[in-house]
Amino acid sequence: MDFAIEAHHRQFRDQIRNLIAEHVDDEVIEEAHRTGTNHAASLHRALGELGVLIRATPGPEKDPVELWLLSSEMEKAGAPFDSTGMVLTIAGVIDAIGTSHQRDTIGSGLAAGTDLVCFGLTEPDGGSDLAAMRTRAERDGNQWVINGAKMWTTMAHVADWVFLMTRTDTSGGRYDGFTVFLLPMHTLGITVDPVFTMSTERSNATFYDDVVVGDEWVVGEPDNGWAVLGLMLGFERGMGNTGFLTPLLRRFTSWATRAGVVDEPSVRTRMAQIAIDAQMCELLTQRTVWTAATGAPPGVEGSIAKVFATDAYVRHAQWAQATAAPESLLGFDEARAAAEGWIDHDIVHSIPQTIQGGTNEINRNNIAERFLGLPRFR
Amino acid sequence: MGIDFALSDQQETLETTFARFFAAESSVAVVRASEPLGFDAELWTKLDAMDAGSIRADGATLSDLVVIAERAGSSMAPVPLVEHWVATQILAAHGLTASGQTVGPSADAPIGSAPSPSTPSAPAPSAVAALAGTSIATVALSPAMDGVWRLVPAGAVADVVVGIDGDELMAVRAEPPMEAPTNHASMPMADRPSTDGERVILGRLDPDSSTTFLSKPLSLHQQAINEWRLLTAASLLGIATEALALGVAYVNERQQFGRPIGAYQSIQHGLADLPAMIDGARSLTHKAAWAADTGLVDGAGEIDMDRGLITECGPLASMAFLAAGDAAAAATERSLHYHGGYGFSKEYDIQLLFRRARGWAHVGGNPEIERARLADMLWPR
Repeated sequence: MDFAIEAHHRQFRDQIRNLIAEHVDDEVIEEAHRTGTNHAASLHRALGELGVLIRATPGPEKDPVELWLLSSEMEKAGAPFDSTGMVLTIAGVIDAIGTSHQRDTIGSGLAAGTDLVCFGLTEPDGGSDLAAMRTRAERDGNQWVINGAKMWTTMAHVADWVFLMTRTDTSGGRYDGFTVFLLPMHTLGITVDPVFTMSTERSNATFYDDVVVGDEWVVGEPDNGWAVLGLMLGFERGMGNTGFLTPLLRRFTSWATRAGVVDEPSVRTRMAQIAIDAQMCELLTQRTVWTAATGAPPGVEGSIAKVFATDAYVRHAQWAQATAAPESLLGFDEARAAAEGWIDHDIVHSIPQTIQGGTNEINRNNIAERFLGLPRFR
Repeated sequence: MGIDFALSDQQETLETTFARFFAAESSVAVVRASEPLGFDAELWTKLDAMDAGSIRADGATLSDLVVIAERAGSSMAPVPLVEHWVATQILAAHGLTASGQTVGPSADAPIGSAPSPSTPSAPAPSAVAALAGTSIATVALSPAMDGVWRLVPAGAVADVVVGIDGDELMAVRAEPPMEAPTNHASMPMADRPSTDGERVILGRLDPDSSTTFLSKPLSLHQQAINEWRLLTAASLLGIATEALALGVAYVNERQQFGRPIGAYQSIQHGLADLPAMIDGARSLTHKAAWAADTGLVDGAGEIDMDRGLITECGPLASMAFLAAGDAAAAATERSLHYHGGYGFSKEYDIQLLFRRARGWAHVGGNPEIERARLADMLWPR
């Protein structure tokens, strides 16, 4: 085994670090919290202009270590990454199965860092059971007419594109008859309603009322949407969400030092435990990346890393909040807030990590069935 | 080279060879028969015949030893391989083997940070002779108190104990008691006097560093205990992996309410948490061994807590030991629980793993003290 980061990867990492330092200051973070839009516009554009997004886009010809370095450095620095991760995921899908028209119209803008995309997957009545979705796309001459509603279309209010999953045929099996579209968000009939959350983050509900579109926006083959979704989720698995313990520990340590409790034995042993868990998160994620780099099909390594990392984040954030109480209850705009409000933020930021992108329960099913070989329960 | 989670060809061979060896020679029947002492002399002789005890001196890396230690752990092999490797490494640094042979020019290896007038020269020939005829060595993890190293791992069966007494690092050869105090894990631990027997002084602490021999640079003894932690981590991961495998096999087979209990989600999810703990701790163990093998010791590695980057062996070995202990405790506890009442009975093998998971993790003392020591490495006071 080898745990050394190669020289050309260190160079790439340094480039990302420099860009983060250059483009992400307190004002950028403050704006993300004020607007609820977890997007650093100037950083994202710079990543596009300098070709970093192209290098980090997942795909069979790409180096997965570069994607990992980008997501890991962004997470460790506390830089907004959600929007960038979504762009990279969909850029990977277009690279893999997009038409030349889609590459020109959608792919080029995503790679350049000028365009953003949101995901229209989950519905008001269907979360983990994605196959139960009811948004319909019906054939009308050589066009499609889409009707339905999607929840948690985060970034929809700033996105240029929506990756929209619909039902086109209900005559087949449970996973048959889906069609995926990539639509311009300005298409007539799409409306966006904000959904404000317990964290500062703003998400959206999106509604599709008699949205008429042509075949040019169909991704992959019509009625083969479940396979397209699988491809997309495979790429999404590389998008991090496992590196939050390092910034949590850094912020907690700075609070504990200032508060004069950093030498207390119970505080130090817990800090050591967070450091252990942070290393394990990093190694489990690196293993996922390495597995992808060997060309092996995505296994359950991503599920294993995600469940461990997000559960540990929730657990340790709650400990940090209790330990730094009561100043840890104060938010970003309060001068006395512990760690400038970050500990309060970590609590509310940690909760959705165990839910979004596949709940930890769904991931545990996955591990039980596909890694441990236990019977399918459903 | 870059990030690589695959075993080398050499390690694949070691893994296959030792998996086969322990499956044949350290069956559960052998393990059970070795209790309560927890030592099988015949198994040790067979390992010796394969040169397993001297494999380190013959050029195996720590990463190689991790692979073997995990196989030994998963078979609960009743032999003190890890302790022997670690202790003989100290002896080898002094130009000695466990059986008292000299191997090349004697190394002058004081424990303290700087050479001092009190540093002894190479052991005299008579001292070398004092170690002649020994076959098993072990290391006392804590300094002697009132002339006794307490509850030394493998102390019941080792001919030579390497340890610290006062300001001296020494090897003491004496007849092993071949009897251990009744203990949770059937481990061959025992008190060993530091004053009785043939003593070879290997080094003295620098008077200036005698109160701080946990600080840099790592002394030979500290380095050995570091290696003991990371190889014990590997053994504990063998226990954890085996416990998970037993649990999965049992819940697939055991029927209740007309279906295998492994079909119930509560049980699936309880088991599904374990692979992350085991695999994460295994990666930490291999990373610590990689750091040692590539010379990232004694401050040569990186500790950057702002970015969560750690390549220094000391903290990695400590992390691996703690994480592997936690993984083994969780895996054996859950697996035993899903066995129901049978898991609690002596007849079922899960109890053998359950007891060793705790014994091997705790023989070095309270893990909370280790966690505090880790904190001191990460955030020096």
